[in-house]
Amino acid sequence: MTKETVLAAKQIVKELGSGASKVMALRGVDLELVRGELTLLMGPSGSGKTTFLSILGCIMAPTSGELCVAGTSTEGLDPEELAGLRRDHIGFIFQSYNLFPTLSALENVRISLDVRGQKGYKAARRSEDVLREVGLGHRLKNYPSNLSGGEQQRVAVARAIVSSPSIVLADEPTAALDGENGNAVMELLARIAHEQGRSVLAVTHDPRTLPFADRVVRIEDGLIVGEERRPEGLDAPEITDLNKRRKAHA
Amino acid sequence: MIFTLALRNLFHDRVRLMVTLIGILFSIVLVAVQLGLYLGASRMITANIDHANADLWIMPFGAKSFEDGGMLMSARERHQALATPGVAQVTPIIVRFNEWRKPAGGSTRVVIVGADAEAGAVQPLSLETGTWEDIKAPDAIAVDRTYLQELGIEGLGSSAQIGPGRVKVRALTNGVRSFTQSPYVYMPLSRARYLTGAAGTDLATFQVVKVFPGVDVEQVRSELAGRLEGAEVLTTDEFRDRSLTQWLFRTGAGVALIGGALLGILVGTVIVAQTLYSSTKDHINEFATLRALGSSSGYIHQVILTQAGLSAVIGYILGMMLALLVVLASQSSPLPIIMTPQLAAGLFSVTLFMCAISAISAIVKVTKIDPATVFSR
Repeated sequence: MTKETVLAAKQIVKELGSGASKVMALRGVDLELVRGELTLLMGPSGSGKTTFLSILGCIMAPTSGELCVAGTSTEGLDPEELAGLRRDHIGFIFQSYNLFPTLSALENVRISLDVRGQKGYKAARRSEDVLREVGLGHRLKNYPSNLSGGEQQRVAVARAIVSSPSIVLADEPTAALDGENGNAVMELLARIAHEQGRSVLAVTHDPRTLPFADRVVRIEDGLIVGEERRPEGLDAPEITDLNKRRKAHA
Repeated sequence: MIFTLALRNLFHDRVRLMVTLIGILFSIVLVAVQLGLYLGASRMITANIDHANADLWIMPFGAKSFEDGGMLMSARERHQALATPGVAQVTPIIVRFNEWRKPAGGSTRVVIVGADAEAGAVQPLSLETGTWEDIKAPDAIAVDRTYLQELGIEGLGSSAQIGPGRVKVRALTNGVRSFTQSPYVYMPLSRARYLTGAAGTDLATFQVVKVFPGVDVEQVRSELAGRLEGAEVLTTDEFRDRSLTQWLFRTGAGVALIGGALLGILVGTVIVAQTLYSSTKDHINEFATLRALGSSSGYIHQVILTQAGLSAVIGYILGMMLALLVVLASQSSPLPIIMTPQLAAGLFSVTLFMCAISAISAIVKVTKIDPATVFSR
């Protein structure tokens, strides 16, 4: 059965800087994200994965190429329209959590609904439910400074999914966490993809995340160099280099 | 959530909040004092005009204010005015500076206001002790309690000398202060003429005109202006404006007060803008996160404006409390500061405006946020 494509990037090119310092961060990257899958975008530092994530999240505009989010092309959209696309379809999880230090866990989640115009009791109830879902029902009133790194990242996950976006983009979600907390967050992301039918893309270079992925996309020097899927019945995808596969095919 | 976020951002850094509030408080007190003094001075300058039962004022050309009426006019103007259709009453009054010689030696300048009480031209100005009947007694005068020390007397029954004649205090007013700091001395018209060297004449500084009810004042004014060759005719409002212009603007006093108020607004705006800008800068990553989460720029502007509004409200309350204490303390001084509900409301608007203007730099800063910075933290 074909899964619904929620995000499609075609021939994305991104040049950073200008003049002599101009760098080609992305050199024609294609990617499709479908519902119900947890995709890992892996690559070494400087490979362009965070730049690509920024473009997929409608935060950065590509130099060329086409990006469609939930069937809407981002070409020619102004910053307010792009913010609207993010509001309607995308949830973000950041490496450093990016929680508001002056707001409680519950308020940090609620603010994600507030920017979407959802206010009042229903928004509070919904935020509370999502925090319970991620196992933080007992930490609603706690401020970020009173939460562990793992708990803070779970608040960030709750904030990303509270508005039921079809796409969740995560930037190094386990980088600041120990093994146990990192696994807990990855389990959560996999559950969000599989049980809630969202498309989750996590940018990472943490090999501990591999067992949770349905698909792994490798990026190097601004190009996709490999893509593997988890074969049926296996716990983790078999990672093979696309170049090797191409060579074998030839 | 906008209110919650703004409030928490504001109270997150208590030291900065204190600096903001002190800036607003300083600004409000300064503006309140300056404008209160301006208002107080304006009331002082126009008090006698406001209390006179007049529709029109006849005065020599070039009269600058109530206290500075210029040459004395003969009764010709009065008779011509009385012959003008629509005019019900024309009452002469004398207003002249003169020298008050203190009983214990030394002298000070006073403003003699001579009018006959029964003529109804100049209304009694808050007589606290004694009546206008008492002032009809030989040598009797009324002075204001505030100036007893300045006049070198103790109160009721004290005597002094003005020009050629002795005077005795038979009545006291309270709160009738003089902008020129030369105390008003109220007395009947004949005694005022005597003390100003116009004894036995029918000279007057002003002729105060009352028209019949229902008569068009402007029409009477035109008629009078056509008849009177050596004098000009002003409405009460025009005379008020002329007196205010003379004392507040030609002397520069009003400009100084308004300038002080503007300086207060400027200083307050700069302090609030500075603290709001640095607060925004400190929270810039949170604003970038909000932007990444999909918030509109309007949402973020609302957070900053709410922060500015909250600063304004808290600063206003504290500032007004202090300003009211200053106002209270000034009430027994020769130049009391006046606070009216209109001025208080105006100050609140000024505070809100000041804080809204202050928010501009923060809004400009936040408008330039690149949400991509959320990935580089």
